[in-house]
Amino acid sequence: MIDASNKYGITKAVALFLSPALSAIFIFFFLPVFAALAMSFTDFGLYSLADWRYTRFVGFDNYVKLFNDPLFWQALKNTFYFVLVAGPLSVAVSLFAAISLNSKFAKFKSFFRLAFFLPVVTTLVAVAIVFRFVYHPHFGLLNYLLGFFGISPIDWLGDPDWAMPAIILMAVWKNFGYNMIIFTAGLQNIPSQLYEAAEIEGANAWRKFYQITLPLLTPTTLFIGVITLIGFFQLFAEPYIMTQGGPLNSTLSIVQYMYREGFRWWNMGYSAALAFVLFAVIFLGTLIQLKLKGKDE
Amino acid sequence: MGAEGERVNDLIADFEKENPNVSVTVQQVPWSAAQEKLVTAFASDMLPDLFQIGNTWIPQFAFLNAVQKLDAYIDSSRVVNKENYFEGIWNTNVIDSSVFGVPWYVDTRVLFYRSDVLSKAGYNSPPKTWDELFAAAKKIKSILNDEKKYPIYLPTTDWTPYVIFALQNGAELLKENNCYGNFSSQKFKEALLYLTEYHKEKLSPVGVSQVANVYQAFKDKYISMYISGPWDVAEFKKRMGDSLSGVWNVAPLPSRKGNYPGVSLAGGSSLVINKNSENKKAAWKLIEFLSRKKSQLKFFKLLNDLPAVKEVWNDPALINDKYTQAFYEQFKNVIATPKIPEWERIVYSELRQYVEYVVMERMTADDAMKALDKAVDDILAKRRQILDEK
Repeated sequence: MIDASNKYGITKAVALFLSPALSAIFIFFFLPVFAALAMSFTDFGLYSLADWRYTRFVGFDNYVKLFNDPLFWQALKNTFYFVLVAGPLSVAVSLFAAISLNSKFAKFKSFFRLAFFLPVVTTLVAVAIVFRFVYHPHFGLLNYLLGFFGISPIDWLGDPDWAMPAIILMAVWKNFGYNMIIFTAGLQNIPSQLYEAAEIEGANAWRKFYQITLPLLTPTTLFIGVITLIGFFQLFAEPYIMTQGGPLNSTLSIVQYMYREGFRWWNMGYSAALAFVLFAVIFLGTLIQLKLKGKDE
Repeated sequence: MGAEGERVNDLIADFEKENPNVSVTVQQVPWSAAQEKLVTAFASDMLPDLFQIGNTWIPQFAFLNAVQKLDAYIDSSRVVNKENYFEGIWNTNVIDSSVFGVPWYVDTRVLFYRSDVLSKAGYNSPPKTWDELFAAAKKIKSILNDEKKYPIYLPTTDWTPYVIFALQNGAELLKENNCYGNFSSQKFKEALLYLTEYHKEKLSPVGVSQVANVYQAFKDKYISMYISGPWDVAEFKKRMGDSLSGVWNVAPLPSRKGNYPGVSLAGGSSLVINKNSENKKAAWKLIEFLSRKKSQLKFFKLLNDLPAVKEVWNDPALINDKYTQAFYEQFKNVIATPKIPEWERIVYSELRQYVEYVVMERMTADDAMKALDKAVDDILAKRRQILDEK
């Protein structure tokens, strides 16, 4: 038995019980992170694999080189383009889907819920390959449908201006189901009396939406916003499979650039520096979002 | 790797019967991920005892000290002997006069074409010079008279045509002991401009997304000429069907002027042994087994992989195959790409990118090649530094 007054004993017991988890986190998380940070100040590359003595300490050279690298800026721009368009779009679509499915008038609710959630659990590689056919300039489904509206065929994945919108469209379609489920849970937590009261007061649907639904959903929206932001900043698999970053690097994302430099060409020092810049960007983005949402409340 | 990984098991079974005390486990890797997977395996000391690598990767793995020098094994071997192999291919396995790999099968790029389309355009034999090729493409375009049909396919995702045509033009790709890029040389630019002319005149589709499936495109006459290697012979045989079997054909590449065939790349795969392997002897036994005439012939029949052992080419199975004979002609004129560990990176990440900028007319050839040289010089900085220290 531990004597409750013996604080030292409790601390020891707590430390003992926590130590397996803490040491695992330390070995598999903190240690690699610090190693990567150290690596970002070296020119660790292919030659270092042959003989580590070829590695040199280069100070902030990798970071300086990074900020002078047009491809880095291009990748950063592409990533922001993706996050700023696909992020809000994905949240809006999932909110719309959740509200539609939550409405009293909706039929076959569970069927649609399943159908909307299906893309989330489908393998991304399979989806990407199917979408490559959907986007095909000559016999793709999308251009065929657009043809009915008199829109001439677009080379979706081959045109530098259209490739990113094509990726965004696919990513939103693939991901909105997950957020939709969370929104549905949030919606079901809103007491129905509020709506009834509003109806008695003569509020229309729009008014109910932005004065009851939206404010009461704030915690859910914040959660979804942050999760989506973090996930979308790490855009990788979609362009990796569909365009390999092309055409003209118009879909190259930061993570993809990092992967290419690090694991394809073993430019580990440079790649590690990229990773820390991405970390800083995501960290700032999340902070800003929390600040903005905090003000609302 | 790829199809080889799938079918090599047929041969391995025979090997295990012959050597009951050796058991072989084959791991398949797709070509597209093979190089990064092998380097990662090396970094974590998990390389297999014996593995296949593309012969352009040999410099990299030799430099990493990942693969065993094979000279001693070859000297005492009764099966593997330098004289049995194509010289250009054998040389890709030699770094600083040591042998690091044994050629397993060979490949090079040739011209695939539809003879029906070419003969309609008035060509009864495939083009033999640059000018002829261009003229043929123009003629085909005017005959097909369809905006959506292209005479030739020169995708920007494939660096090989750009390097091959430059080599045909006598360009030197790197300079000063492979320490600096030399892509802005007049000869390289000439070749690049010649090829981009096809895109400009709409003789080749620009994007890759327009050709989702090369075989289907060939069937539909969407493209009529295409530069590729022996692996596509097997695919074409399988996918063109009987109706088109007499229509498609292959021929050695055209040359800059006269002296046909023009030069192509010395490609192929080699078998190498992990330097830290504990089973080097057994691995060498397997290499010898796969290098036997019988195994090489069997592999040709299974996959259409062209045998690295010259003697096998006298077999009727190869002599009577018109596709294979075109490759045989091409092998008389092949060169290896620069033997430096950075080569893959230079062509895959830099050359492809700048070629794309030129083809899409976002940069002039002059500017793009200058920028390419700068990027290549940057990649080679470490090499220069290390050579200086030595």
